Amino acid sequence: MSLYVDIEKKYKGFSLKVKFETRGEILGILGASGCGKSMTLKCIAGIVTPDKGKIILNGRVLFDSGKRVNIKPQKRKVGYLFQDYALFPNKTVAGNITCAVKGNREEALKKWVSLFQLEGLEKKYPSQLSGGQKQRTALARMLASEPELLLLDEPFSALDSHLKEMLQMEMLDLLKKVNRDMILVSHSRDEVYRLCPDLMIMDQGSRVSMGETRQIFKDPVFLEAARLTGCKNFSRVRRLDKQHLDAVDWGVTLFTAQEVSGDTAYAGIRAHYFRPAEKTDENAFSVELTEVVESPFEMYVIFRVKGRRENQPMWWKLSKEEWYQKLEEKMPEYLKVEPGDVMVLKETEKKASF
Amino acid sequence: MDYSPILISVKTAALTIVVVFFLGLLAAKFVVDLRSEKLKMILDGLFTLPLVLPPTVAGFFLLYIFGIHRPVGSFFIEYFGIKIAFSWGATVIAAVAISFPLMYRSARGALEQVDENLIYAAKTLGFSGWRIFWEIQFPSALPGIASGGILSFARGLGEFGATAMIAGNIAGKTRTLPLAVYSAVSAGDMETAGFYVAIIVTVSFVVVVLMNYFTRKEKKGKRV
Repeated sequence: MSLYVDIEKKYKGFSLKVKFETRGEILGILGASGCGKSMTLKCIAGIVTPDKGKIILNGRVLFDSGKRVNIKPQKRKVGYLFQDYALFPNKTVAGNITCAVKGNREEALKKWVSLFQLEGLEKKYPSQLSGGQKQRTALARMLASEPELLLLDEPFSALDSHLKEMLQMEMLDLLKKVNRDMILVSHSRDEVYRLCPDLMIMDQGSRVSMGETRQIFKDPVFLEAARLTGCKNFSRVRRLDKQHLDAVDWGVTLFTAQEVSGDTAYAGIRAHYFRPAEKTDENAFSVELTEVVESPFEMYVIFRVKGRRENQPMWWKLSKEEWYQKLEEKMPEYLKVEPGDVMVLKETEKKASF
Repeated sequence: MDYSPILISVKTAALTIVVVFFLGLLAAKFVVDLRSEKLKMILDGLFTLPLVLPPTVAGFFLLYIFGIHRPVGSFFIEYFGIKIAFSWGATVIAAVAISFPLMYRSARGALEQVDENLIYAAKTLGFSGWRIFWEIQFPSALPGIASGGILSFARGLGEFGATAMIAGNIAGKTRTLPLAVYSAVSAGDMETAGFYVAIIVTVSFVVVVLMNYFTRKEKKGKRV
């Protein structure tokens, strides 16, 4: 796929200014709700008109404010899967799937119904379908219109959590079968990590970072990106030298594998990266327990650096077995974090990335 | 007992509802599709005016347009030999003018409540504007549109003021039920008036119950 997007849009006190170019087949967009990710998709589909900018899909100019080009959504060949699927309530499954077919409707219906395992449901109305069936019908309807690009807007948010993982697997399979270019928008880091090789992170209407998903999760670079990839512990820092920083909110000095530069403003440590340690270990600090929170499958141990009551607590996530078998009786006096697990982060450049 | 007012009223109300249904629906679609909020407000005001004006004022304007010495009225007489004012057709024109806002407002409200994602989805699937209207918006808004049609029908059936002004009160020609009630009471014939009143009350009651039935359906439809 080749999609070039460079748009600006002001809307009810919110301003969207985003620029990106895709390289792979599946791009994920991750961001908190209200960050402008859905608006970006709507601009690409032509449902919302940007104030200015350019959108080019596979060499076709869909929108160019300079040349006054604005192709109608009907002619863009861009499929859109809505959060609530937007199935037509007065049409049956068959009616929904075939309503945008240009060629032979019977053939198309057969093909998509069998591919998406909707056999026997052709005569049902959307209100009679389960969440997963609705999703598959909406996908089939979109694909039957033969779009060049698929836009998936939070496709799993309308589903119960116990269904989500199963449907993600199903969808991954289906999408592999149909092999189309697509953009998936989500606020769930698990979803984008599983489904999208490439990732763009958005915050407050602009791009924070973009690249390979695995790389971004490993080294988010920016504070907001780290937060969205699920990192729980952050501290403001003071640079000491190339590989040392003083985490002022936690009250510890840390040795880092990554280089600390002049614009390093924060350090981040993922909650599952702490280990019990000896006093003499690298990056070891003495701790005192604040609180233990039990979740269904893991424990959160909330602690502070010893003797620093005014400092921010940190979250340590560990398995229940580890907690109950080894640590419940006696919380370790020292914890450590590997130098490679300390994320060195910059402040998000506010609207200045371009 | 003169049964002609019943026949005249039924004919008038029947033709009125057909005209008003499409006129009101198209006006609603037109206003909903408008991009300019200002133009929307002004047009909406104009379309709602007959609802809030005294029917005699509406009748005055209709006379002003369709009177035999007025441009439209004299045009019809000269070119088609049709006299509009004080003919049966004038009862339809008066009823259309007065019941139009009810149809228009109900249809507009119902169209605006259609989930906009359905419309966006239809657009990305390549539907033309008219196809979106007839296949998506109209069926989704049908309960609201139907109840608007029923209300307009009842209003058209009961139209008195504007009808009296532009169609007059000619027995056997333009004397509809409400006018017949007025004439009978004027003549002191309370028995005949009571008969006509009973018919109007019965029909109106049935119509309102029907409308409740449709709105109940609407709520049920929304839940699924």
